[in-house]
Amino acid sequence: MSGIPIVVDYSLRESFRRRVFLVVLVLTAVFLGLYALGAKEAFDAAERQYGQGLVPVDEHELVGATMFGLSMFGTLFLGAVLAAFLTLGTVRGDAERGLLQPLVVRPIGRSTLLLGRFVAAAAVCGAYVCLVYAGALLITWQVGDWTPDRIVGPALQLAGATAVIAALSLLGSVFLSATANGIAVFMVFGAGLVAGLLGQIGEALDSETLMNVAQTASWALPFEALYQDGLDAITADSSGFTEAALTLGPFGGAQAAGAFLWPWTLGYLALVGTAALGAFARKDL
Amino acid sequence: MAAAFAARGLVKRFGPVTALDGVDLDVEEGELVGLLGPNGAGKSTLVKIGCGLVRASAGEAHVCGAPAGTRDARTVMGYLAELFRFPGWATANELLVLHQRLAGSGGGAAERAELLDLVGLTEARSRRIETMSKGMQQRLGIAQALVGTPRFLFLDEPTSALDPGGRRTVRRLLEELRRRGVAVLLNSHLLSEIELVCDRVAILSRGKIVAQGRPSDLARPRGVEVDVDGATRLYEGVGRDQVPDIVAELVAAGEQVYGVRVLETTLEEIYLEAVGEEAG
Repeated sequence: MSGIPIVVDYSLRESFRRRVFLVVLVLTAVFLGLYALGAKEAFDAAERQYGQGLVPVDEHELVGATMFGLSMFGTLFLGAVLAAFLTLGTVRGDAERGLLQPLVVRPIGRSTLLLGRFVAAAAVCGAYVCLVYAGALLITWQVGDWTPDRIVGPALQLAGATAVIAALSLLGSVFLSATANGIAVFMVFGAGLVAGLLGQIGEALDSETLMNVAQTASWALPFEALYQDGLDAITADSSGFTEAALTLGPFGGAQAAGAFLWPWTLGYLALVGTAALGAFARKDL
Repeated sequence: MAAAFAARGLVKRFGPVTALDGVDLDVEEGELVGLLGPNGAGKSTLVKIGCGLVRASAGEAHVCGAPAGTRDARTVMGYLAELFRFPGWATANELLVLHQRLAGSGGGAAERAELLDLVGLTEARSRRIETMSKGMQQRLGIAQALVGTPRFLFLDEPTSALDPGGRRTVRRLLEELRRRGVAVLLNSHLLSEIELVCDRVAILSRGKIVAQGRPSDLARPRGVEVDVDGATRLYEGVGRDQVPDIVAELVAAGEQVYGVRVLETTLEEIYLEAVGEEAG
């Protein structure tokens, strides 16, 4: 395992020197620019309509939380794209291109290589989502004078969510070609998103079955549970109609997951990692 | 001392296809062995089992006494894959630094400079790999395989992308490796190359070793050609031992003898006989 820092260093260099990194930077700048524009418009509109609603909702809180929730969804999506791009071809894709064989015949071996790749991807994606989250936070504060009720927790949960996506992508890369794995990762990501939406619908219809399905799916894909918990934390102190309106927000139901979420996420990562290492160890290259 | 590489009863099946069917092969310390065979004969599979990239279905392989694929085996070997690629964003020097770290080599800048010099890439040390020709990348691949001063090298088609000049560089490199006592298993389609540099050859066909030995031991006498006044006479089925008698007879018969050549089967003929209809 002493070789992990070598692989991490190599992977980080690779991440920063491939053109994909430049593309990510440009897309991020576009995303934050659009977010700033949208947030300003939304806060201005809320200002104009203050007190005109039929129900006693804090429009400023509603707009701030909805816009910031949107930014969290966008941040998670960009983080998921980055995690997938950094990992989708790690085993089979790189083996098919002939990049992997010169590395795994070295004394560091397969498990060190895979763990190093995971650590690097999780670090890059975690740092990236935290920076984008901080950017969105600053924009929301500047244009609307709104800040979330919890600041650090949701950022860490987004970072954790991208680590889960990176781990799933690495597992997929053992079995699937790069293209197939990319498609699979985004289908899994989409399944998590659908689970969140199902939960919202279940809550609106008061359907316990739908809510149970959504909850099971989000725990089976803990990046979704982390996202929902982070979304819940940004309005942790809201109450009354405002809280109800936020719960029905458009980007996946905000659901507090409880204290078991992080231990489960770590256990889940260990399970996915064990499966990936086991399959990689037996794979003919 | 253990052989640099030893395979015993090696079998590899990919589903219904048997790629290797009980291969026994030894490469002694400091020996250069050429591995020949038609496409699909199992050459690359054998090399990959030796490197630990592929798991054998049965049998065993050892590298310098350590089971193939283990850390101990990987520590003493170098490998150049038939189809390989290096990260295009890295320079030649960066690639060697990476492999020095992965191999635990303490050779530093001196080792990198020596290896780049050995493969004629000193001037290209700071060039990004994506800007190099295929031949340059192949030579860099050989330098990469030599990082950490391995005792045994698997070279899988090391000259496939090289022009004649590049091939000559690799031949000289192999001779230098022999001088240094590095054992090599060289997988190549180029019979002339194998004949020029290898101590022994092993011919693989349909997953089995069908012939192995020194090229001179595998060769059979094909006859003797004698240049006499205005003509060349061929004496089929005779060998070197009969040359004095043939010359004596001709001289006694009043012929002028200008030259004598002992004909032997070439490596190409040996190869074609060994692999039979599989060739071509």
